[in-house]
Amino acid sequence: MDKYYGWGLPIDISTHGHAIDRLINLLHVFMIVMFVGWFAFFIIALVRFRQRPGHKASYETKHFKAPTYLEIGVAVFEIVLLAGFSMPVWTALKTALPDKSKAVQVRVIAQQFAWNIHYPGPDGVFGKTDPKLIDASNPIGLDRASASAADDIVTVNQLNVPVSAPVLVQLSSKDVIHSFSLQVMRIKQDAIPGQSIPVWFEAKKTGQFEIACAQLCGLGHYRMRGFFNVQEQEDFQKWLAEQAPKA
Amino acid sequence: MSHHTHAPSADHGHHGEHALPFWRKYIFSVDHKVIGVQYTVTSLLFLFFGFCLIMLLRWQLAYPGQPLPLIGQFFPETQMISGIMLPEFYYQLGAMHGTIMIFLGIVPLAVGGFGNYVLPLQIGAPDMAFPKLNMMSYWLFFIGGVIMLASFFVPGGAAQSGWTSYPPLSNIAPPGQTWWLVGMAFLINSSLLGSVNFIVTIVQLRADGLSFFRLPFFVWAQFVTSFLLLLAFPPLMAASVLQLMDRVAHTSFFMPTGLVVNDQLAQVSGGGHPVLWQHLFWFLAHPEVYVLILPAMGIVSEIIACNTRKPLYGYKALVYASIFLGFMSFIVWAHHMFLTDMGITMSAFFQVTTMIISIPSVIILTTLVLSLWGGSIRFTTPMLFALAFLPMFGIGGLTGLPLGLTASDVHLHDTYYVIGHFHYVVAPGTIFALFAGVYHWFPKVTGRRMNETLGKIHFFFSFIFMNCVFMPMFIQGLAGVLRRMYDPMQYAHAQPVQPLNEFISVSAWLLGLAQIPFIINFFGSIWRGKKVENDNPWQATTLEWTAPTPPPHGNFAHPPVVYRGPYEYSVPNARQDYTPQTAKEVL
Repeated sequence: MDKYYGWGLPIDISTHGHAIDRLINLLHVFMIVMFVGWFAFFIIALVRFRQRPGHKASYETKHFKAPTYLEIGVAVFEIVLLAGFSMPVWTALKTALPDKSKAVQVRVIAQQFAWNIHYPGPDGVFGKTDPKLIDASNPIGLDRASASAADDIVTVNQLNVPVSAPVLVQLSSKDVIHSFSLQVMRIKQDAIPGQSIPVWFEAKKTGQFEIACAQLCGLGHYRMRGFFNVQEQEDFQKWLAEQAPKA
Repeated sequence: MSHHTHAPSADHGHHGEHALPFWRKYIFSVDHKVIGVQYTVTSLLFLFFGFCLIMLLRWQLAYPGQPLPLIGQFFPETQMISGIMLPEFYYQLGAMHGTIMIFLGIVPLAVGGFGNYVLPLQIGAPDMAFPKLNMMSYWLFFIGGVIMLASFFVPGGAAQSGWTSYPPLSNIAPPGQTWWLVGMAFLINSSLLGSVNFIVTIVQLRADGLSFFRLPFFVWAQFVTSFLLLLAFPPLMAASVLQLMDRVAHTSFFMPTGLVVNDQLAQVSGGGHPVLWQHLFWFLAHPEVYVLILPAMGIVSEIIACNTRKPLYGYKALVYASIFLGFMSFIVWAHHMFLTDMGITMSAFFQVTTMIISIPSVIILTTLVLSLWGGSIRFTTPMLFALAFLPMFGIGGLTGLPLGLTASDVHLHDTYYVIGHFHYVVAPGTIFALFAGVYHWFPKVTGRRMNETLGKIHFFFSFIFMNCVFMPMFIQGLAGVLRRMYDPMQYAHAQPVQPLNEFISVSAWLLGLAQIPFIINFFGSIWRGKKVENDNPWQATTLEWTAPTPPPHGNFAHPPVVYRGPYEYSVPNARQDYTPQTAKEVL
């Protein structure tokens, strides 16, 4: 997996991630320019106004105009960042959810310390679940007797999705707060017990990646690692067929 | 005006005449200076202890799974097995490092220590308005600290759900979490008593002629800080009580219905919401950031004015900016919670307020940097620390930008980028300012100076290693390395940057060594330091330097009268380059 990760940002294989990366890069250029300019002034002031024989401090303060303009400039830049970069990306990510009929639907149910992945199966409808049915062999409490549950697929720590197709995840948690993080997809969302949160993404590239938990969830938090596999459509269908429950 | 009201003065005015017994004079003292020194020494010890916790933790990050040499064998098997750290202990170290550094280290040093000692002197008051409340505030803090320390020895160890203690995890955590909540209750009440006392003291006990706009900026900073403490801590107090009830009385304030822990349906009534805690917690914890930073800015302003030998640039801008900062700090809290699925209207609101709050911070920083222009800068040890505060706080502030915008936050949230960001604000930022304050006011407290050579050694090595510790964290964060990972090698994305962990850890241990000159200097100078030649060794203008050295109980021989602003340095046509606030005529 080495080729995906290094000293900079991880590889981005999502359709929306370029906007996030562009904002991160822009901000860092801005930060460096601000800091270097400001630091140069700081050093010049220290050298030029160091205490030495014959040099006196001046009581009258020189009035600077530049800081006011700079302050206004920073404020304008922040408005541009907000309105031009951050909010459009965020709004698209949170509200422009793909159509359920066209997207690959999957439920992700976090628990200490694993990711349960629930696919609806060929009928496209998730079977009923009930917390009372949860045990070691049925981690999400799926009611296999219910009408649409018979063909449902449940895996642990293995999330497979097809490339170039929108994926709609319904994210929840059984016990404590976790955070569903797909670095290469520029996706991170807290999984909160009692809530079901939609998350969507679309992959541009196939490959084998990771799911990480980003929110401290207990002693095993560090090993709550899942596998995230982006496949060609045919391979994905084949994989689903392999996972289908044996009748 | 205010000078008619005075602190209860039964004990005052008998300087040296009736000697108080030792335990009344130095232990259960009502003198703001003794209390200030108690706070300072206690919180410096806690800062060192909190730093030791993280130096231990950094071993596991640099050399995961390897036995800790030399000292590893002395830990019990509940913490380390033949020197190899257990996750239980790792998460205790992390949670308690944060708690101790913030609530037992920096706040009590910045507010309890410097505020108590310096503030009444700077306003020309004989003591705090409520000396007994002041004593109670220290002892509540002390009990809170003891509870926090003791929690390491309860079954299951200390709190281990992060310093943020998010439920439901903290609700189902071992008993150490209950101790944490009780300890926090003491610390919160200590701060509340302190803040009321500070506000009343500043409003009521200013010397004759000391109007609000003649107050040193340090006093303003403490004034705004006190309001933040007074208004932000009660919600956390409420939250702590709710979490305590969830843990001991099995209520469900933070527990939703249908919780399944370990494949067992949890026996809770449900109906609660875990995110409620986060709102209550961050409603305190964001203003808390400014509680950490404002007194630091106050200290730095005093030291910069004194060591540039000129008035501050834009004193009123500083005051208005810090008041505005105080107000704004109450409406930015949810920027810590962008990933909790708040609606886009809410996230838009908190992004906008977060961008707005950066403006007063930039004003304060700019004002302090511009204050250097036209000065005659003395590079004393306190000045070096105060100067270093400026770029370090600058880096801390700038790196807040990508975290305050949701789109970039989604990648950086919960990574080392966040850790780097807030440590730049509080470690090389606030802690440098606090060191500056210790070096600056030490001669007033003890009558002796700290050693300049040791001070400069302390400064240069601290400066280098602080940056070696925190700068690489930005690289880790951009690479996606997540916080709170017991084993840093688990994830493929973290492995290429793992060498940085070793570099950071070694730098942290060297930073620990760099504190040795300070410890020697601090304790050595109390007895061996060079005696000050007069009451005003730095040729400063503010009132504390007109008091006797060290100031006796009751502070001033005669109530001081103030004739001018706080930073009258290098007044034209004056014979000396400073004009004290008490000077009727320019000298």
